[in-house]
Amino acid sequence: MSAVLYDAPGPRSRRRTAIGSVIAGLAVLGVLALVVLQLADQGQFEMELWSPWIDPTDESFTAVWDLIAEAGINTLLAAALSMAFSLVIGTLLALSRITAARWYRWAIVGVIELLRGIPVVIAIFFAARVLPQFGVDLPTLWYLVIGLTAYNSVIIAEIVRAGINSLPTGQREAAQSIGLRRSQVLGYVLLPQAFRVMLPALISQLVVVLKDTSLGFIISYEETVNTAGIIIQNLRNPIQTYLIIALLFIVVNYALSKFAVYLERRLSRGKKGVSKKAEEAAMTETGAAGA
Amino acid sequence: MDVIIDNLPLYADGLLTTLQICAYGFVGSLVLGTILGAFRVSPVAPLRWVGTSWVNVFRNCPLTIVLFFCAFGLPEVGINGQYFWFGVTGLVLYTSAFVCEAVRSGINSVSAGQAEAARAVGLNFGQSLSYVIMPQAVRSVVPPLGSVIIAMIKNSAIVGAFGVGGDLFAVGQQLSSAQGKAALPVLTGVALGYLVITIPGGLLLGWLERKVAIAR
Repeated sequence: MSAVLYDAPGPRSRRRTAIGSVIAGLAVLGVLALVVLQLADQGQFEMELWSPWIDPTDESFTAVWDLIAEAGINTLLAAALSMAFSLVIGTLLALSRITAARWYRWAIVGVIELLRGIPVVIAIFFAARVLPQFGVDLPTLWYLVIGLTAYNSVIIAEIVRAGINSLPTGQREAAQSIGLRRSQVLGYVLLPQAFRVMLPALISQLVVVLKDTSLGFIISYEETVNTAGIIIQNLRNPIQTYLIIALLFIVVNYALSKFAVYLERRLSRGKKGVSKKAEEAAMTETGAAGA
Repeated sequence: MDVIIDNLPLYADGLLTTLQICAYGFVGSLVLGTILGAFRVSPVAPLRWVGTSWVNVFRNCPLTIVLFFCAFGLPEVGINGQYFWFGVTGLVLYTSAFVCEAVRSGINSVSAGQAEAARAVGLNFGQSLSYVIMPQAVRSVVPPLGSVIIAMIKNSAIVGAFGVGGDLFAVGQQLSSAQGKAALPVLTGVALGYLVITIPGGLLLGWLERKVAIAR
């Protein structure tokens, strides 16, 4: 309940809320029951459809989970590589944007804006279709990583920039006044603090990257969603399979999101003012960037 | 670049379909997201649970799975329709979770003192909502909501990728894969098509943000 919208409830409104809760609860249960009934009506609870996923004695059980485990590793691999490359390139982009002389800063800003405006799925498709025509022949994994990196490094560049800009100017001034060079000011004073502030936003971005690896299906990279499609072609159980896969994604990403929130709280406990502004900046940047 | 010029009508059609998907997606997710946002701040617990579960499910699940689920799952339970509408449905389900969060954080960004003051001068719930809270909340909803919408425009490419005939991405796929045209110009054209939407969108958003910005 929002303290902004509602006053502390008195006896009457508490009673009204209780009645409302019962009615709403019944309505929610009713909708759920309708969904379950419709599913049952269409035979979606037949054991035949579920057993490859949940019954260890089923003949497909091991095969199905082996496939998914392998695909899961492919997903994690693509996400980890993309995230690592994006971090490095994104940081470099942000630094060059900050330190660039005016006459070529517009070029860096242009690249960032351009890549930010293109859907990540186009970036992946682009990498997979255009690079081979220029004689670059790579395993599919790398096309996915290149596409994801192209998109996410500019997002991370913006996060880094927001992080650095959020630091009090005194930090930079103090570093300069003790005679550090520009690279030292950035490397020893600003970046370490900025990274601390950015950590929650970076973890949220990892969730986005993890979700976006599922776009590998477009270029037939054997990640989780693509493999699920292959399983469905054989077992003909799309609802069950996609539910299980979705559940896997939700569990992992939910844990990561919670971790990000926890970190955010922990980090902002120590230093008030510094991180608050940065988080806000970083959060508006990433908002809902991903697929 | 001849490919783009030769197929300009195709690209224009693609752009139009993309805009159509986005328009339906925008209206749908705005309506659904606002309802869910209201659920999340409501005093009625079951509604809050619905809102919270919705957000946690759809924010943590790849759009691809949501779309596949709509396209291949719904027909299994006797819901049939065009892929276009399955695609739009998936996009709306997914985007509404983000809209919901934007709305909720917007409402929560109004300080409780504002509402207390409104109640203290005798405004009732509807009045304090429409004269005091909403005018402030809307302002802080604009920036996150704008990035959600721009993300949605880009996500519409995924809707196209899994088979909504004729949107921008599908045009790119058709020209480069089926007709075997050189991928670089074809896909550059597709990318330009999206930039034509997203960059003015971003500028409009920036302008809107400055216009409604308030110092707190």
